[in-house]
Amino acid sequence: MAVTTLEKPETINTLAYDVEAIRRDFPILSRTVHGKPLVYLDSANTSQKPQVVIDAISNYYESYNSNIHRSTHHLSEVATKAYEDARGKIARFINAPSAKEVVFVRGCTEAINLVANSYARRQLKSGDEIIVSWMEHHSNIVPWQMVCEETGAVLKVVPITDEGLFDMAAYEKLLSPRTKMVSIIHVSNSMGTINPVKKIVEMAHRVGAIALVDGAQAVPHMTVDVQDIGCDFYTFSSHKMVGPTGQGALYGKMDLLKAMPPFMGGGDMIREVTFEKTTYNSVPYKFEAGTPNIADAIGFGAAVDYLTGVGMDRIAAWEHDLLVYGTELLGQIDGLRMIGTAPHKAGVLSFVMAGIHPHDIGTFLDQDGIAVRTGQHCCQPVMDRFEIPATTRASLALYNTRAELDALAVGLRKIQEIFA
Amino acid sequence: MSDLRELYQEVIVDHSKNPRNFRKLEEADRTAVGHNPLCGDKLAVYLDVEDGIVKDATFQGAGCAISTASASMMTEAVKGKTIEEAEQMFTQFQEMVTTPSDEEPDTEGLGKLLVFAGVREYPARVKCASLAWHTVHAALKGEVEVSTE
Repeated sequence: MAVTTLEKPETINTLAYDVEAIRRDFPILSRTVHGKPLVYLDSANTSQKPQVVIDAISNYYESYNSNIHRSTHHLSEVATKAYEDARGKIARFINAPSAKEVVFVRGCTEAINLVANSYARRQLKSGDEIIVSWMEHHSNIVPWQMVCEETGAVLKVVPITDEGLFDMAAYEKLLSPRTKMVSIIHVSNSMGTINPVKKIVEMAHRVGAIALVDGAQAVPHMTVDVQDIGCDFYTFSSHKMVGPTGQGALYGKMDLLKAMPPFMGGGDMIREVTFEKTTYNSVPYKFEAGTPNIADAIGFGAAVDYLTGVGMDRIAAWEHDLLVYGTELLGQIDGLRMIGTAPHKAGVLSFVMAGIHPHDIGTFLDQDGIAVRTGQHCCQPVMDRFEIPATTRASLALYNTRAELDALAVGLRKIQEIFA
Repeated sequence: MSDLRELYQEVIVDHSKNPRNFRKLEEADRTAVGHNPLCGDKLAVYLDVEDGIVKDATFQGAGCAISTASASMMTEAVKGKTIEEAEQMFTQFQEMVTTPSDEEPDTEGLGKLLVFAGVREYPARVKCASLAWHTVHAALKGEVEVSTE
């Protein structure tokens, strides 16, 4: 059995962390499922939402619902300000140099597709190379395969080690002047591995490639600084970071965004339209055609406020403490094998159990009110790499507790008895 | 909601751990592969049909307890049956696992397969139980691939 030796964080100050107060902010956490208190361990799939986010959305609809950037009336002014304020909050949250470098999109998937379409599809030629890793989510594989199909570019894949680490030496060998695009996941959704993205980006830049970092699983769990990482693009989803579904953000460096053509055509993304010639609006508006998802952008901003209020470093320390606890706890269960044993990991406990299929585990845990994800986690290559059909994944967030991990362990032992 | 133990009764756990007819059938004249993209379950069903009668039925594949047990018991159930009888069982099995709890499906003739009746209480798992049956149905019709999606 592989034993994880997780790196201890620099500071663990979880004493001052009032998890019960945080839990009270999330109304859903007080409900029961099948008569048992809900134990929500599926936040990597989608996180729960605090009341302040729910209120921000309903408040928009109740008190100032109107379209943005279009009308002169009062409500529109309030809505436009709230929408743009949210953009500013998100920019500050990831330390983007300017709010104009943050484009609202439907989610991380759309953000990657936007870059694939508006940048890569135009810039890449036959024989150019795109590098991804073996641990990418399907959303960071398929858009690039589509680019390759159209341009004749070639997809290169950085292997992962038995611990689920990004193979730096192999990456170095794959890099060449042919490399035009590197797109790497910041934190693996299927294994929790935290990738050294700053170094990966730096190496990509050395050969003149553009670097995108998929931050969907990083932003909810740690302080992210896009300027420090140095990436050209950074993508993430609101719904994984206590915000609403249907919203996400693309951060891009201004000179790149300026040079990129719009992704979609329509209202708000134009400056002047005649049948002879249309000129586009400036960045980021030229990428936001049509009436955007105003309510959820405002909710996204409220989510960022909420996380900032708790403090990302404190959240990271709390979740790390839970991860260490959970790893030890599950490690004591006979026949349980952890998938992803990197020393530098976020709160993902992905595992298989001898003789018991994850789907059966999921059904039994559900009866105990415990929500986990079972399956391939949109990472079929990772499953193939470890020669497993699927895993059971318990993923952590700021509102989880040690008691919930205890409940998971008890549930798993019960299932073992049934299949014994 | 009934107790989950009623679904995972001994016979299902036993068939999942020791699946019967779990091998490739060299003399098979009809074969189909079933796929459940939701959980990654994939199984192959092999049939040897002579004079309209299923002489032998086997399967191979990896899946959860429900899908493995269902495949194992399916192979036992269809062996010796005519194509029509096997098709009839497919239809009845489908009805049994998809009929709402407050209605009584016609299960006469399903015999041991009645242990899967409880799966209708767990909508996320219905496809696990029916994958083997969809696959044998496809094989009987001469199709080679089937997906539960």
